Amino acid sequence: MLRVHDLTCARGGMAVLEHVGLDLAAGEVLVLRGPNGSGKTTLLRTLAGLQPALAGRIDCAPDAIAYAAHADGIKATLSVAENLAFWAGIYGVTDIKNALQSFEIEHLSDRMAQNLSAGQKRRLGLARLLVTGRPIWMLDEPTVSLDIASVKLFAGVVRRHLGDGGAALIATHVDLGLQAQDLDITAFQAASQPGGAFEEAFT
Amino acid sequence: MIRLFLRDLKLAMRAGGGFGLGLAFFLIVIVLVPFGVGPDNAILRAIAPGILWVAALLACLLSLDRMFQLDYEDGSLDLLATAPIPMEGVVAVKAAAHWMTTGLPLTLAAPVLGVLLNLAPAGYGWLLAALTLGTPALSMIGAFGAALTVGLKRGGLLLSLLVLPLYVPTLIFGAEVTRRGAEGLAVATPLTLLAGITLGAVALLPFAAAAAIRINLR
Repeated sequence: MLRVHDLTCARGGMAVLEHVGLDLAAGEVLVLRGPNGSGKTTLLRTLAGLQPALAGRIDCAPDAIAYAAHADGIKATLSVAENLAFWAGIYGVTDIKNALQSFEIEHLSDRMAQNLSAGQKRRLGLARLLVTGRPIWMLDEPTVSLDIASVKLFAGVVRRHLGDGGAALIATHVDLGLQAQDLDITAFQAASQPGGAFEEAFT
Repeated sequence: MIRLFLRDLKLAMRAGGGFGLGLAFFLIVIVLVPFGVGPDNAILRAIAPGILWVAALLACLLSLDRMFQLDYEDGSLDLLATAPIPMEGVVAVKAAAHWMTTGLPLTLAAPVLGVLLNLAPAGYGWLLAALTLGTPALSMIGAFGAALTVGLKRGGLLLSLLVLPLYVPTLIFGAEVTRRGAEGLAVATPLTLLAGITLGAVALLPFAAAAAIRINLR
């Protein structure tokens, strides 16, 4: 579903990762490992199309990727149902009940998002993935502020998504209990070139 | 797209959404000017078109920095950029929502406030016409400025500096339509130019603003 070949991604004009190659087939989940600052977010943003790659190829069907970042994109003055219905509408989906049920936030649907706890907000943010209807999920630390029960709930949702022929690329530090391959991205770290970007700008 | 428009309107109406901020500012300025200038009817009549337009323009400027900044801060802008709607459409829709919550109320309130400035009777219709034609350009040019400064902390000052020069043609022709209308002169030339600015801004700036946002999201 997703094939990445010899990709170089940059952050702030400096190459962070080089020669990244990965393959993701339907029903597979790939977990990105690496210490803070190793470039997990940069890789995910590049794959999601938010920033251009310096070099390399990304082969992927158009509009196949659903991206979830650290920030959930939740409006504090809208209710849970309104927040989710907005994103559902953007993706041309009308049914949000299933997504609310999957993350067990149905009882909160009329509550204003500003009155949710951090974990509840996170679950609402993750519920958005279900209304996108897109096969490849790119998740940047999805379990932040989730408790153990919610992590299990989330793992179950991912497992169902994989069962339906989806795939996921997850940057995380915790064990989700999924049958996942690990990809340690420290192996792809670019050799640091001090001042490289600066000199490049003048040549 | 219509969803985004409705969401922006809803957010503006809810508590802390900023609806009425521009309108209140406009009202305060127009009410205060006669106190500052003095009760001379002739002077007020002469400056009314200019004051109304300057106040409307500054009121528009007041809420511009919220247009993309709030979505940027809570991550919505990233998610909208990966959503199946073009960024150009997002910009156009957000500018339209800004006009609905700022430009339109200003336009409707202006004739009422014109009374306070002793605007000539013939000028009311033209004031309404000029603001209807001109305020969409203010929102659209503002959206471009907001797109350029999205992601900058405290970008409001830079935004004002960028946008105010771009507002000058709209201000000149808008105030000119109102002044000429009030004095019973022909208004066709400034009115056509004002409409031209608005149409040009609406046609071209969504593309420029979308490009600016894509660069700022990197």
